Amino acid sequence: MNVISLTATRDQDFIARVEKESGQKVSQCYQCGNCTAGCPYTFVYDIPVHQVMRLLQAGQKQTLLTCRSIWLCATCQSCTTRCPNNIDVAHVMDTLRHMARREGQDTEYGVKSFVDSFLESVERNGRAFEIGLLVSFIVKTGRFWTDVDLAPKMLPKGKLSPMPHRVKNPEAIARIFERFRQEGHQ
Amino acid sequence: MSTRLRYAYYPGCSGQGTSKEYDTSTRAVCEALNMELVEIPDWSCCGSSPAHTVDHRLSSALAGRNLGLAEMMEGVSAVITPCPSCLTNLKVASVRLRKPDFAAEVNKLLDKPVRSTLPVKSVLQAIYEDVGVDAVRPKVFKWLKGLKLAPYYGCIMNRPPEVMEFDDHENPVAMDELMDAVGAQPVPFPLKVECCGASYGVARRDIVQNLSGKLLDMAALNGADAMVTACPLCQMNLDLRQDQINSANKTTHNMPVFYFTQLLGLALGVGEKDLGFSKLCVSPRKLLDSLEERAQRKAG
Repeated sequence: MNVISLTATRDQDFIARVEKESGQKVSQCYQCGNCTAGCPYTFVYDIPVHQVMRLLQAGQKQTLLTCRSIWLCATCQSCTTRCPNNIDVAHVMDTLRHMARREGQDTEYGVKSFVDSFLESVERNGRAFEIGLLVSFIVKTGRFWTDVDLAPKMLPKGKLSPMPHRVKNPEAIARIFERFRQEGHQ
Repeated sequence: MSTRLRYAYYPGCSGQGTSKEYDTSTRAVCEALNMELVEIPDWSCCGSSPAHTVDHRLSSALAGRNLGLAEMMEGVSAVITPCPSCLTNLKVASVRLRKPDFAAEVNKLLDKPVRSTLPVKSVLQAIYEDVGVDAVRPKVFKWLKGLKLAPYYGCIMNRPPEVMEFDDHENPVAMDELMDAVGAQPVPFPLKVECCGASYGVARRDIVQNLSGKLLDMAALNGADAMVTACPLCQMNLDLRQDQINSANKTTHNMPVFYFTQLLGLALGVGEKDLGFSKLCVSPRKLLDSLEERAQRKAG
């Protein structure tokens, strides 16, 4: 059992920031466990989602921003839909992930790399380019064997375009990302 | 139907690649149902799941650019998209943009401010609500008699209900009713809204093998000949990754996974070129031929 010293580690400012960014009142969670009961991802989480909510109430910033669960949540909306207190739990998970990113955390490096590869592809082409983002993911992670078994299935179907379908004006989309970065985001 | 329904159509990036057959069958089915789809000029990526995991203003700006382009189109009643991931992004953005503070933040990222005045719907919702099941039935050219289907909606098309505003969030029925209307037989499927593993196939394949494996097991257990889906990512996980799932879980599924528009199109007389059955990885050919044989035997 983990014992945490609340007097030493409770970060009140962290709770306030999560509440502000997510628009959710974390103290409303009464630990019924309905979110975890419906969460399809508990089998890969290091901290089940109802415990994420409890640790959040206890202001355990370090534990939460370095955990795997926040990267593995797929925003399937089961927790949000079934919360009896109408807490948008998936939004809280998203908010924790945003904060972890801003603090340079990457506990699930593969997941972060996939997200980065996807968005780089959109920034460059205005649309997601499937082969391009897969190559970029492989380069970032060094996982050269990623889905090689799928290539013979996909190529004859003509489903994978070798070239990106770019928008006419990709600069318009690149400018969205530029302005976002100018605001101090990575 | 006297008036032709006219929509701003958002195909989504996968419609040009891994889910081409969803796009072509959607366009053909809408044509057959007298729905006019006008592609949003120079539409761009909605941001999909990756953008909202990074920042909600970035995500709403990427989706919002498209809502802004759609607003400038003439005579369209709604933005519609076949893809639930695009749908979620466009819809969440349009809901959040109603808050002036948030809208101001998003508009700082965009070339042109977006007002967001058009409703956003899935193609399934537009067919179900604007055309209606009763209007589909008289147009059937070929009944899909005897085809047992596990209807799988995916996790986000109906959830959360306050945002998605369509069908039931635990037991949706729109696709069941449409399949029933064209003569197919939806089987009970308790995992209608469970997650398939989403976009973790590349970074964490074990997740997709587990979650999509459960879906295939349940479909087989309930006697389905095939699954019918409304989501490019669900379809890809279940179809393209079916061999990976089989070898990880020591199963032997050979379950075709259709888009609902392919089956609707087949029933409405759409040609193979637009239906794109040959693009599915698990071939449905044998299954469809056996239906044909059964029908001929009955007729003979």
